Amino acid sequence: MINKNLIIYLSILIFGLIAPFIFPAFKVQLSILCVLIILSITWNIQGGEMGYNSFGNILFYGLGMYLCASVQVGMFFPLAEWTESGGEKTFVHTPAQFFQGFGAGLAVAAIVPTIVAGLIGYSILGLRGHYFAICTLGLGVAAGEISGGIEIIGAGQGFTTPPFPNIGSLEARGEFFYFCSFATLVLTFIAVKSIYSTRFKLVLNAIRDNEDKAEAMGIQTMKYKIIGWMISAFFCGLAGGIMGGLVGYIDSTDVAFDGREMGVFMVLMAILGGKGTLWGPIIGATLFHAFKETFWTFFLGWQYVALGVLIVVIVIYFPEGLMGWLREKYPERFGEVVDEADRKAQVELK
Amino acid sequence: MDGILLGILFALIAYGMALQWGVMNIINIAQGDLVILGGYIAYFMYLYGIHPAWGVIVSPIIMYFVGIGIYKLVINKVVDRDLFISILATFGISILFMQLMNFAFGADVVLANSGYGTTMLFDSSVTLPNSKIFAAVISIVFAIGLVIYMKKSKLGRAIRATAQNARAAKILGVDTEKVYAATFGINAALCGVAGALISITFTIHPYMGLPYTIRSFMIVIVAGLGNLPGVALSGMGLGVFEEFADYILGTEFRIGSVFLLLVLILVYRRFKLSKKREYLK
Repeated sequence: MINKNLIIYLSILIFGLIAPFIFPAFKVQLSILCVLIILSITWNIQGGEMGYNSFGNILFYGLGMYLCASVQVGMFFPLAEWTESGGEKTFVHTPAQFFQGFGAGLAVAAIVPTIVAGLIGYSILGLRGHYFAICTLGLGVAAGEISGGIEIIGAGQGFTTPPFPNIGSLEARGEFFYFCSFATLVLTFIAVKSIYSTRFKLVLNAIRDNEDKAEAMGIQTMKYKIIGWMISAFFCGLAGGIMGGLVGYIDSTDVAFDGREMGVFMVLMAILGGKGTLWGPIIGATLFHAFKETFWTFFLGWQYVALGVLIVVIVIYFPEGLMGWLREKYPERFGEVVDEADRKAQVELK
Repeated sequence: MDGILLGILFALIAYGMALQWGVMNIINIAQGDLVILGGYIAYFMYLYGIHPAWGVIVSPIIMYFVGIGIYKLVINKVVDRDLFISILATFGISILFMQLMNFAFGADVVLANSGYGTTMLFDSSVTLPNSKIFAAVISIVFAIGLVIYMKKSKLGRAIRATAQNARAAKILGVDTEKVYAATFGINAALCGVAGALISITFTIHPYMGLPYTIRSFMIVIVAGLGNLPGVALSGMGLGVFEEFADYILGTEFRIGSVFLLLVLILVYRRFKLSKKREYLK
């Protein structure tokens, strides 16, 4: 059994490593897919496992994006002049500066959102149900509106990230960002998988199922909730930093704190795949991205209409997601012991 | 003064939200988009040469049927389900409406000019556009009318009974399905009135819906469900706050400050309750 799993993981890893060379035209798409998977996995940590449905993880994503770009620029050039001149025209990063800046930027983009999550976590995670969802929705939108008013990071006009230095072939930029995002994805997957096999996951599930009882059993639920949110924020920030470099242009409400797109996508992907499972968000994100890229061009201009319809349809007819459906259909595959008589009785009851 | 008149409008929207929250236990993220849609109805009447004030009557009638349609298509499938499901479903409706309105009416900021003049008070130290006074009066009339309707009529009694205990009401012969549909319709109609008034007094834009949802949510949580004077007061308070935020921080932070205020209010309530070892639920 272990060997079988190992083969699956290895084959996915190898596929991921050679994918940009097999499909050179899809490199950017594949990188975006990696980022989407990271976002949906991390959303699932507190949305699916902990039962705290957040619309506000976009906050950490956008924060990571702005921080990564600001650090990358600010390490070598004055930030205010950069944004004023529209970036790349006046100042040029040397390759060494570019990579150093990007590395430092990613580190900051991961750490600062984590700290922010820890700081606001105590106040916000005390809310439950509706209130938590709406409060995080408000946080995300407020962050977008406020960052759109700050001059030093480009205010309404947006912020151009440093252009990729001229080294190697033309393909170097795509490959660099692909491997960045793929490495982060692997890191996220390993981290989340190892978390899911510990007691920590059981605590999160206990909080989801009944927080009061979990607290009565002597679990310090607040501590675990904050840690769960911080883990989410860490990887969301990383994903945001990479995405900022990949897109090359940051706008407060359309790219960074894009609650209408990214913020909803991550929830939708996790639900589509089945929340509360490890593979659900990954499958959901892949399906969603494939669907989006195939059909978006047909709906040109009508994307949001399609998105709205998609949300409603998924939520009404498919709330358990793909993994939930599979689990109901083939419970044996998930290691659940099924009593045939009991199952029959349940079917008859329905 | 502006803030208070604005706040009365907010309170009207918030009353609709409180109604369906109390009865159906659904938070409608699409509330603001219904408001904007109602505004566009009045705006179109203005374009075709009818005085937009008639929109106050026409728009709720159309919106009532829009509301019933949404209920039949989507809401009745999520009404008994997980709270998060209904939030997400109405969020989807909100995105859908936003974009459809963007296609149908264009992305321009529009306003239906009512042609009302302005009133000067206290030796013209305070100027009040008549349209705003008109809007405030109409919203108060509608709010009072609705309260009386809820108290006296048969449907109103059924709605209140369902809000108290849906199951018991069902046992006693109330057709809860019908009550839910009517509630959603009434809420949409209220949004229609408010939207028509907003298109007369302020401007409307397809993407301006979400702030109205957040405002009404905020008013409801400050006032509590079913506390009508509270809703009116906190609506006015919010209106005044916004005018001040607009003035002090600048217009670009206006929406941001509203959303931030929501977060702050929720956090404040959470700490207040946690002293009693309770939580917002």
